[in-house]
Amino acid sequence: MVNTSTPIKAESKDLNFYYSNGHQALKSVSMPIYENKITALIGPSGCGKSTFLRCFNRMHDLYPGNKYEGQIIMHPDNTNILADGVDPIEVRMRISMVFQKPNPFPKTIFENVAYGLRVRDEKNNRVVADKVEEALKGASLWNEVKDRLNDLAFNLSGGQQQRLCIARALATDPEIMLFDEPTSALDPIATANIEELMNELRGKLTILVVTHNMQQAARISDCTAYMYLGEMMEYGDTDTIFTRPVRKETEDYITGKFG
Amino acid sequence: MLNNLTELSISPRLAKNIRRNVKERVIEFILMMAALSAVFTTFAIVAILLYESFGFFETVSLVEFFTGTVWTPLFEDAHYGIMPLIAGTLTTSFVALAVAVPVGTIAAIYLSEFASHKTREITKPVLELLVGVPTIAFGYFALLFVTPLLQIIYPDLPGFNMLSAGLVMGVMIVPYIASVAEDAMRAVPMSMREGSYAMGATRFQTALRVVTPAATSGIVAAYILAVSRAVGETMVVAVAAGQQPTLTFDPTEGAATITAYIVQVAMGDLPHASIGYQSIFAAGLVLFAMTLTFNLIGHVVRKKYREQY
Ligand SMILES: Nc1ncnc2c1ncn2[C@@H]1O[C@H](COP(=O)(O)OP(=O)(O)OP(=O)(O)O)[C@@H](O)[C@H]1O
Ligand SMILES: [Mg+2]
Repeated sequence: MVNTSTPIKAESKDLNFYYSNGHQALKSVSMPIYENKITALIGPSGCGKSTFLRCFNRMHDLYPGNKYEGQIIMHPDNTNILADGVDPIEVRMRISMVFQKPNPFPKTIFENVAYGLRVRDEKNNRVVADKVEEALKGASLWNEVKDRLNDLAFNLSGGQQQRLCIARALATDPEIMLFDEPTSALDPIATANIEELMNELRGKLTILVVTHNMQQAARISDCTAYMYLGEMMEYGDTDTIFTRPVRKETEDYITGKFG
Repeated sequence: MLNNLTELSISPRLAKNIRRNVKERVIEFILMMAALSAVFTTFAIVAILLYESFGFFETVSLVEFFTGTVWTPLFEDAHYGIMPLIAGTLTTSFVALAVAVPVGTIAAIYLSEFASHKTREITKPVLELLVGVPTIAFGYFALLFVTPLLQIIYPDLPGFNMLSAGLVMGVMIVPYIASVAEDAMRAVPMSMREGSYAMGATRFQTALRVVTPAATSGIVAAYILAVSRAVGETMVVAVAAGQQPTLTFDPTEGAATITAYIVQVAMGDLPHASIGYQSIFAAGLVLFAMTLTFNLIGHVVRKKYREQY
């Protein structure tokens, strides 16, 4: 639950986004992301959920010709992270991401998790080893891999790989974690593991998660946003959205009449 | 209900289509012939090499061949130690790879990870154009331009030397490495790069720590190709490194390579079945064994670092 005293971690304000082909994928999206809460993004395929999520870590900057308009204000800096003077790398140092398909690096399990620290030039091996262990524990993977930290990450199962990617993102102590359909490539058990994990992270970390799974959104999130055709149709407490949605479209989507 | 197991007549619509079957067979046969012709040629070459070398080794012992330090099969006082030619081949190849591997790899990283689409579209064809330049042109470029240039720094450098030949050969090989390694790096899925950037990595860190290791197998393939090119290269070394078999690993000296010896002898008119004539097949066999060894090593390394994304 959020209430008026819950601090806001980030806030998108009239956010428009244009892909390089001129397609406008986001239309004046405004919504708050509350601190240490889980915010779920739902909506039919192609409505712009991933596009919105990837604005937060400036992922779109990797491809020429993409254009942002509007603001994403991050607190406590009170800075628009989409502004020209902002370094995307600094943004990504504080806002981490887990992708739909597990994408471990061609490295050992240990080095995968240590990656964020290595690129931050952390030289102290003691610190790195501690952080890696902490992150793997945080991602509920430690017990499964503690004896094989020097194995290649590709040798893990899909669900383990995804938890490895979560550990990798956790190791750098991000302030916000972005999850783009983190369980869509996983079986129900691995999915349950990851959901449990996100539940444990609640309260410690601000999470923004895209999901196609209504039950998942209802189970894990505090707030939910329903998007449609690049627009934010409805935003509110997850309980409210799922029990008493204001708009007919939201209700239709949630109940499976559409989408 | 159980299936009726008695023979049923086959409906014409489901029967085997004879015409299509025959057509498929014919196509399959033609394709197989094309593939076999390459295999057959290779075997024929190996067979001829072995056959002619056999005559050679009836006169010359393997011990003398591999331990002798003088190679003068055409002289009155003939010696048959292949070592000087191997030394020449290895030295020129080493110089060439010392240039081509770093430059080619850096070029590949630049083209794949840093260059804009436009830059790449211009640079790549230009690089590949370099592949089309006849190697004899590179040979004379080494002899008439690079050697005099090196002699300014190094006044004692002889007119024929392995350094100049190796350097130019290296430049010649750069496009091979750059092109094959770049293809390998570009094949690394974008999702892996995104994973790196999302951790706050820079472009350079992503290129070096994620893309390059992910493309190891292809990059190794590029190096193997380069080694084979260097070991087998003929014109540049024949023109610029000299024709004198000399047992030395010093690139500032001139020395013949295996290939240089083969062209030199092949251009003269030696009677078939003479020992001099047979010696080029023995030398060719060694060359073949060397490239085969490098290719096998490459194959093993590639298997070890097979792409796994
Ligand atoms: N690189 C791109 N260039 C141009 N248009 C794009 C690009 N990527 C996505 N789009 C378009 O932008 C819109 C939003 O796409 P997005 O990937 O954000 O949808 P999504 O809500 O995440 O869908 P899904 O649930 O299927 O993942 C779609 O219409 C899509 O076709
Ligand atoms: Mg998506």
